[in-house]
Amino acid sequence: MPATTEIDEQTGLGKVYMAALLRAQLRLTVSVLVAVAAGLGVLPLLFLVVPATHELRVWLIPLPWIILGVLVYPVVALAALYYVRHAEAIERDFADLVDRR
Amino acid sequence: MNAGFGISAVTFVCVVTLGIGAFGLRLSRTTSDFYVASRVVSPGWNASAIGGEYLSAASFLGIAGLVYTLGADMLWFPVGYTVGYLVLLVLVAAPLRRSGAYTLPDFAEDRLESVPVRRLSSLLVIGIGWLYLLPQFKGAGLALSTVTGAPSWVGGLIVAVVVMANVVAGGMRSITLVQAVQYWLKLTAISIPVFVLLWIWLRSGAPQPHIAATPAGHGWTRPLSGFGGRDHPVYATYSMLLALCFGTMGLPHVLVRFYTNPDARTARRTTLIVIGLLGLFYVFTPVYGILGRVYLPTLPQGAQADSVVLLLPMAISPGLLGELLSALLAGGAFAAFLSTASGLTISVAGVIDQDLLRPRINARTGGDSVAVQGFRIAAVAAVALPYAFSLLSVRVGLADTVGLAFAVAASTFCPLLVLGVWWRRLSTTGAAVGLVTGGVLAMSAVLVTMVGGVHSGWLGALLAQPAAWTMPIAFLVTVVVSLNTPSRIPKGTARTMVRLHAPETLNSGLPKPTLRY
Repeated sequence: MPATTEIDEQTGLGKVYMAALLRAQLRLTVSVLVAVAAGLGVLPLLFLVVPATHELRVWLIPLPWIILGVLVYPVVALAALYYVRHAEAIERDFADLVDRR
Repeated sequence: MNAGFGISAVTFVCVVTLGIGAFGLRLSRTTSDFYVASRVVSPGWNASAIGGEYLSAASFLGIAGLVYTLGADMLWFPVGYTVGYLVLLVLVAAPLRRSGAYTLPDFAEDRLESVPVRRLSSLLVIGIGWLYLLPQFKGAGLALSTVTGAPSWVGGLIVAVVVMANVVAGGMRSITLVQAVQYWLKLTAISIPVFVLLWIWLRSGAPQPHIAATPAGHGWTRPLSGFGGRDHPVYATYSMLLALCFGTMGLPHVLVRFYTNPDARTARRTTLIVIGLLGLFYVFTPVYGILGRVYLPTLPQGAQADSVVLLLPMAISPGLLGELLSALLAGGAFAAFLSTASGLTISVAGVIDQDLLRPRINARTGGDSVAVQGFRIAAVAAVALPYAFSLLSVRVGLADTVGLAFAVAASTFCPLLVLGVWWRRLSTTGAAVGLVTGGVLAMSAVLVTMVGGVHSGWLGALLAQPAAWTMPIAFLVTVVVSLNTPSRIPKGTARTMVRLHAPETLNSGLPKPTLRY
């Protein structure tokens, strides 16, 4: 029986395949979310705990403005790029695994 | 100020919008064309269209107004608007595209196999859509009266009429094209004046902002002091960030755009491009707030902070240059109102048509009525009500109202989508109870805030930024009720999960999702 049919018909093997795919994708999702939450979430705390960060200036502009106004965006875009690459890789591996049978 | 330039710019944007709409009309023939542009939109176009649709009055005028008034803390707004797409990307983008759902109620019905849950979702779509449309009309009135001196009801009326004409005539195909063009129009309109104004500012010796008179006082430049001197700024920062990050996926006009991607892979790539386009735009908006503090330490009599973007060019460079730049900005602002209002109108009208009107019309005519006709009636209803409400004076800023819409979305559709996509044990009862709980809690907080209830202390903070408690409660209720009603787990859950997560390249034998329209 081809693997795609096993997946469709919810045989034991098909379920194992799908569970593995879901786990891999969920692990990737959670790791990106945790990284972003840690990166962003720590900022208000940093500003709260280390008031010196308010006075640091790059040229004329206070550091918090540089971080929140500019630097955040490329970092978020890179996180998105990382996710898209890895999510596609997981799907490729899954397709290879299924096709090989 | 010379009203001629402003009127020309606004007229130009409206005519271009209508023109492309009319052009698209010749292309859209069947009902499926009408709704989803037959799914032939490429990631680049689609991403521009998402960006065009998403950058609303709140982004174009509201952020600058907030930064101008309250300072550094308000930079979290654009950050949250952008990170919302990252959260959407990693949690739901590909599975939502694979679900084949066109609207949020479609997804609810498809995943939970329940018409009552569909109806609940429909009500929420209409509620969130109206909440989000309101500031678009208010912003339009504000912008038009700032640049031309017209009474404030005129701007909103123009937006309402243009959107209705476009949506009623062209449907989705023309809207996709319109939206994509609007993004680039808005980026041009927001960026060119920044370069010119910064150059003038530097040449005049880079004067410092006047911050003593702001509500935050000398804290204006510092984070965690803003939010209008409201209590508990740390809580407010986190709660708002949570609402924006998790509310984006539940906005009624966002999911539609994922349907126009050919498959899940392009849906992800589209989202990636969107994040880049939004970041590019949001780098420019706060500059208006900062320069506003330099050149407009006090606003003219009767002006609101949300109009600082439009007032700034004339304050920095009175004369022809200032007039041209503020006309450009007025045009960009109208592009923002038109595009966001169009997207929301399509979504809200789709729901009103499908879930409220059509069942009744079909019952009377036996299903003979022309489908598109119902959609047109629904579009008029979708626009007219929030426009009428926008005339009532509610003193909540543009970005604040939009923030409340995000909070409601984060407390209702976010749990439904995230658990629906990733959790096999979600039951129909759990989803329904979760939607009602999150919806009632968040909506009550919104209503109390908007009619001007509590504004101080912990209660005020909790009501003004409800997401930090309403969203976790909604998740918790959904999970607990689901675990206690295992018999109500939809029969087809396993198959649906395969459909949501298996790559399309497998060519699996499952029937492809079919168009419902």
